[in-house]
Amino acid sequence: MAIENAVSADEIKVDRAKMHISDTDVAIDIVGMHKWYGEFNVLKDINLRVMRGERIVICGPSGSGKSTMIRCINRLEEHQKGKIIVDGKELTNDLKKIDEVRREVGMVFQHFNLFPHLTILENCTLAPIWVRKTPKKQAEEQAMHFLRRVKIPEQANKYPGQLSGGQQQRVAIARSLCMNPRIMLFDEPTSALDPEMIKEVLETMVGLAEEGMTMLCVTHEMGFARKVANRVIFMDQGQIVEENTPSEFFDHPRHERTKLFLSQILH
Amino acid sequence: MSQNDLHYVRSEMALPQPAPLRERGPLAWVRKNLFANPFDSVLTIIGMLVVAMIVPPLFNWAFVNAQWTGTDRTFCATVAQGGIQPDGWSGACWAFVHAKFGQFMFGRYPIEERWRVILVAIMFVALLVPLLIPRVPRKGLNALLFFVVFPIVAFTLLIGGVFGLPHVETPLWGGLLVTLTLSFVGIVVSLPLGIILALGRRSKMPVVKMLSVIFIETIRGVPLITVLFMASVMLPLFLPAGVSFDKFLRALIGVSLFASAYMAEVVRGGLQAIPKGQYEGADSLGLGYWQKMRLVVLPQALKLVIPGIVNTFIGMFKDTSLVYIISMFDLLGVVRQNFSDPAWASPQTPSSGLVFAALVFWMFCFGMSRYSIYMEHRLDTGHKR
Repeated sequence: MAIENAVSADEIKVDRAKMHISDTDVAIDIVGMHKWYGEFNVLKDINLRVMRGERIVICGPSGSGKSTMIRCINRLEEHQKGKIIVDGKELTNDLKKIDEVRREVGMVFQHFNLFPHLTILENCTLAPIWVRKTPKKQAEEQAMHFLRRVKIPEQANKYPGQLSGGQQQRVAIARSLCMNPRIMLFDEPTSALDPEMIKEVLETMVGLAEEGMTMLCVTHEMGFARKVANRVIFMDQGQIVEENTPSEFFDHPRHERTKLFLSQILH
Repeated sequence: MSQNDLHYVRSEMALPQPAPLRERGPLAWVRKNLFANPFDSVLTIIGMLVVAMIVPPLFNWAFVNAQWTGTDRTFCATVAQGGIQPDGWSGACWAFVHAKFGQFMFGRYPIEERWRVILVAIMFVALLVPLLIPRVPRKGLNALLFFVVFPIVAFTLLIGGVFGLPHVETPLWGGLLVTLTLSFVGIVVSLPLGIILALGRRSKMPVVKMLSVIFIETIRGVPLITVLFMASVMLPLFLPAGVSFDKFLRALIGVSLFASAYMAEVVRGGLQAIPKGQYEGADSLGLGYWQKMRLVVLPQALKLVIPGIVNTFIGMFKDTSLVYIISMFDLLGVVRQNFSDPAWASPQTPSSGLVFAALVFWMFCFGMSRYSIYMEHRLDTGHKR
């Protein structure tokens, strides 16, 4: 495991260096997307292109529409104008397409959303068995593999209610990984956790990043952003206000709103 | 200064100590639960007085003075009433229940054919008991036998008319047989139908939603007596001449539809209690609508509303007595019918018969209630999110 990580970490460095030339494969393309809640225009003219293997951190004040935006990517929220193309499939009202996209896009929620009536193992095998039609035994082996990766294989037969918040969130990550997604969305994965548990979840996410997963994270963990993000996106009032590499973003924010926001959260 | 402070720092962790004596043992229990404060003490004493006033006379009536054997009303009537008991006697007439037991169970089902009912009852118990005990394996096969095969076999056996079994028409059915048949069919039909109606009512498709709402609100807005009466009296008027179907079947359909409407609302309550995150979690994994409902939402929702579901079952079980309105006789109906039997009419007959009917109803309802509580505890995984 450790050796694997080391190798992939090396690859990452190479990967990053040649990112702009070789890796032109587009994972997510959002063009001119608008969304309204009734009369209220929550997302305004969102344009975002995410390359395969890219890791993007989205931050911004509460109510800025960052969660809504990434929830549009797997159609938990519907957009009314513009285009969202995920993995080459455009999201429309076509339910079949939506399910296809959801199969390839994993999502981790602020409140974990584990299924409390199922054991950890059953949580992880449910979708592979019913959606991917994986044989039960194989699905269980795969689930154990991912549970080992998030370092909680010994909890496999417990129920979510018996685990700590950090453990539950790692299970939620493993559950998503069991579908072998090509893209992972994280919606404030550490915001509901006790301070002591944030680290274990972030470490898992860093590990994932090092393996080249395409990731979109809504988070305020700036250390995480600096460490793994290719780009940081700042949103305010339903718009993407600023977009830059982490070092530029944190050290030389250009937009006034960004400067204010950073001064509030970095003490 | 700092040296003084050190006195307050523990050098080792404190070990847990046993609770003081006054917090343990039966005396502590009595003080805590019966005489915790003056008000509690008064309530306890009043409660004990009420029990002391009611229980001994009831016990005397039901056991000490009761007439257990006998062949006609003289055994349960006083001398003044033309019987053998001393004047002023008051006791239960269990002899009446004993003599009429067959009728209470089977109604007017022909005596030489009653083995068929008993056989059905044995199959019912033999299939139900393993289904209810979680440890018994092969639940799938068991459920298939109970919910699909058993009704067909039971129907054939009870109605007859094939395989050389004489035909027993449903107006002859009665007693506990009718009560249990109505309840079984009502329960087996109303739960799935109620779930579908509840899902329909929460559906985003306007037509499905409207149909569900109309069905539920119509049925719920009408008393069961009306539903039964309509099914029995009005329906034939609308059917073309020559087309008619069995009155008992109509009662079955009436009771089942009625219970489904209530069940739908109970289940809807459960569905609404499931957090949005559960739906989203299932959606994000790519589960389809029916998979999401069947695997994620319904197991949790139904577990939440077990008390409500069982409440509906129990209510329906007791409501079956209302079929007397269409001259069908369930257990209570048969018991009441027998009050007017001149061979048994005595002042003690009605109370004895009613107490017996109450006891039977109570046994079934209490059984359902206890089982539901057991299931609630078993299914509790101790996590509410």
